[in-house]
Amino acid sequence: MLNTKTLGIQPSDSLVPYKHVRQLFADSEARNIANNSPSWNTDKHHCMVYPSFPSRYDDGSSNHDHQTPFADRIDPSGYKSSTDTMKIHEYQGKQLLKDFGVTVPRGIVVKSADEASVAYKTLGGDLAVLKSQIHAGGRGKGRFKEDQDQAGVVLVRSADEASENAKKMLGNTLVTIQTGEEGKKVGTLYLEEGLDIDKELYLAVVIDREIGSPMLIISSEGGMDIEEVAASTPEKILHEPFDAAYGLHTFQAVKLAFKLGLEGPAVKSAAKFLPKFCDFFLKNDCDMAEINPLVVTKSGDIMPLDSKISFDSNALFRHKNFSDLRDLKEEEPTEVRAQEAGLSYVKLDGNIGCLVNGAGLAMSTMDLIKLHGGEPANFLDVGGGANVDQVTEAFRIILADDNVKAVLVNIFGGIMKCDTIVEALLEAYEKVGITVPLVVRLEGTNVEKAREMLGNSGRDIITATDLTDAAQKVVATLG
Amino acid sequence: MSILVDKNTRIITQGITGNAGLFHTQKSRDYARDECGRTEDVFVGGVTPGKGGTEVDGFPVFNTVSEAREKTGANTSLIFVPPPFCADAIMEAADAGIELIVAITEGVPVLDMVKAADYLKGKNSRLIGPNCPGVITPGVAKIGIMPGYIHTPGSIGLISKSGTLTYEAAWQLGNVGLGQSTAIGIGGDPIIGTKFIDLLEMFENDPDTEAMLMIGEIGGNLEIEAAKYIKENISKPVAAFIAGKTAPPGKRMGHAGAIIAGGKGTAAEKIAALEAAGVEVAESPADMGAAVQRALQK
Repeated sequence: MLNTKTLGIQPSDSLVPYKHVRQLFADSEARNIANNSPSWNTDKHHCMVYPSFPSRYDDGSSNHDHQTPFADRIDPSGYKSSTDTMKIHEYQGKQLLKDFGVTVPRGIVVKSADEASVAYKTLGGDLAVLKSQIHAGGRGKGRFKEDQDQAGVVLVRSADEASENAKKMLGNTLVTIQTGEEGKKVGTLYLEEGLDIDKELYLAVVIDREIGSPMLIISSEGGMDIEEVAASTPEKILHEPFDAAYGLHTFQAVKLAFKLGLEGPAVKSAAKFLPKFCDFFLKNDCDMAEINPLVVTKSGDIMPLDSKISFDSNALFRHKNFSDLRDLKEEEPTEVRAQEAGLSYVKLDGNIGCLVNGAGLAMSTMDLIKLHGGEPANFLDVGGGANVDQVTEAFRIILADDNVKAVLVNIFGGIMKCDTIVEALLEAYEKVGITVPLVVRLEGTNVEKAREMLGNSGRDIITATDLTDAAQKVVATLG
Repeated sequence: MSILVDKNTRIITQGITGNAGLFHTQKSRDYARDECGRTEDVFVGGVTPGKGGTEVDGFPVFNTVSEAREKTGANTSLIFVPPPFCADAIMEAADAGIELIVAITEGVPVLDMVKAADYLKGKNSRLIGPNCPGVITPGVAKIGIMPGYIHTPGSIGLISKSGTLTYEAAWQLGNVGLGQSTAIGIGGDPIIGTKFIDLLEMFENDPDTEAMLMIGEIGGNLEIEAAKYIKENISKPVAAFIAGKTAPPGKRMGHAGAIIAGGKGTAAEKIAALEAAGVEVAESPADMGAAVQRALQK
């Protein structure tokens, strides 16, 4: 078990990672693509200004989409699900931060090539960064399906360049290490000003379930894959638990600033920024708030260059305005549909549909199907108190997947009554039309009544007596 | 004997006037009276602010937990309060000196639970849950939503993160002639009041518990923690099952905790740690009852 208090002190000479004074731009992701970008390679001046572009500058985000790093220490919950956390885009996160009083780089949301051109002129600098807004990291290294030379994050140095790039990005599908092969369609871009950067830090706030407390994680190694840092130089990652009621105290922020090797005005900036950011996390019921990189500018300001923020869905009742921030296009449509019906559904690649009550039993049912040589098509937990309509909808969702060649129903009734399941199942035959083999295993509340209903239904339903029997029978139906 | 729940347990329900609260309090009362032959009142009342002085199906309703405790002598509370108010209800119970707090409510905001857990530190209250099926000492009382009839009195201590999987385990134990001393669902949320190791210790010290079955799942490291604890502190046989062996990484499977992140919290990792601690790990969810039998024969 992690003792957070002992982590984090390291020799100061290892602490100043980037000594080069670099004029940088507003997203570390952009630097990855620099090596491959044609416009970059032709620009010798910038090649010199950015002398050290190691390939380890992989991406400003952690490897796993919206998952926290150091999963062995930190609560790993909630960085993927559509049911228990709500993710937002980078530009939305920055807007919220700004509204909360945190200074963020100037940026403009862009939805067309023309808007990109206007936005560039509005920002008025020599350099800006154009960034695809999708709920996945790895954007800088990511490439578009339609144009393999086009990266998901690009540097632009003129209004024309901004609009040309926007044209190649908007409406196209970006494939990154986190999107899977199918990629994600880019509908929104964010154009952000360049900054004079002195240092890049990593910052995240999560709930550490081991100690039951919010925890600030900060590292001098910003702009990199933080999981790599955790694996190779864990001493460069500082952990600071803070009180959920009072937030991060100023002395904690100052302590961290000195440990990070910050100096002069940057220490003062950190003393303001870090407590404010923790306060943002607490006040908004964040699930995770990650900034990578968090930059220290040459003038000693501290600013977030990226933002990955997700909220605890269970707390959304306190934040009614957040519902506008949700982007349903980023979510699996069936999973959204299931969520609306109060079901917990995750689509998988197999061909045996599963309908189970309870998350643990549902996972176990999948395990057992695999053990007997089958492949589950989904995880579906109908929950404890589902009614007939919800269960019927569950059947619809499962059967809407064309891969499904058989369905296994495994119910251990507690609150959920077995006869409710059978009633819904028979209704699904009527309304949805079940044409694939169906194996049913029932146990628990009202099981006798349910079995009788099944027996009298006249439907061709295969019944099973226990878990193994059920798994074997459903796999057997596939021949 | 048993742990947590015995013949002296007197229970009030917070949120007794809600549908779920009343229904399960009635079921639990029926279980104590009909299945356990208890003649005295085990469920002694309930709390709903603003409805104090009324009565619902024979249960007196109070405005506050402290009043309910004073008037009924309750030492245990069963919580069915809706998620936005659940953490507050937990703190109220602790403030009133309730010894055992069982929170069934699902969907409590994580930060609320952080505050409630902080509040409980240094107080003389134990919290089970939230988001759990509750606690049952078969033949004595059940405090929760589990079906009573699948649990038979016996000598196995059952601890589980998952609700229905607990039922499955109890049922399998029953099929091989093993009952439970006490069965506890600890809940699948990121912040819970009582973890595996707390209960393993209690079962170790309970003379009527012969062996333990713990049911975990992917995500988090409670099971790894437990494995370490077992190796160092537990002399009784322990069997275990970890759900989610085949779950794909990065996908959350219902429970807030059930997700594999960054290659950590996998079933394989947990199984290896448990086996290294001498725990008999069930190969499949169908093997839980048999695994306990094997553990007992070791």
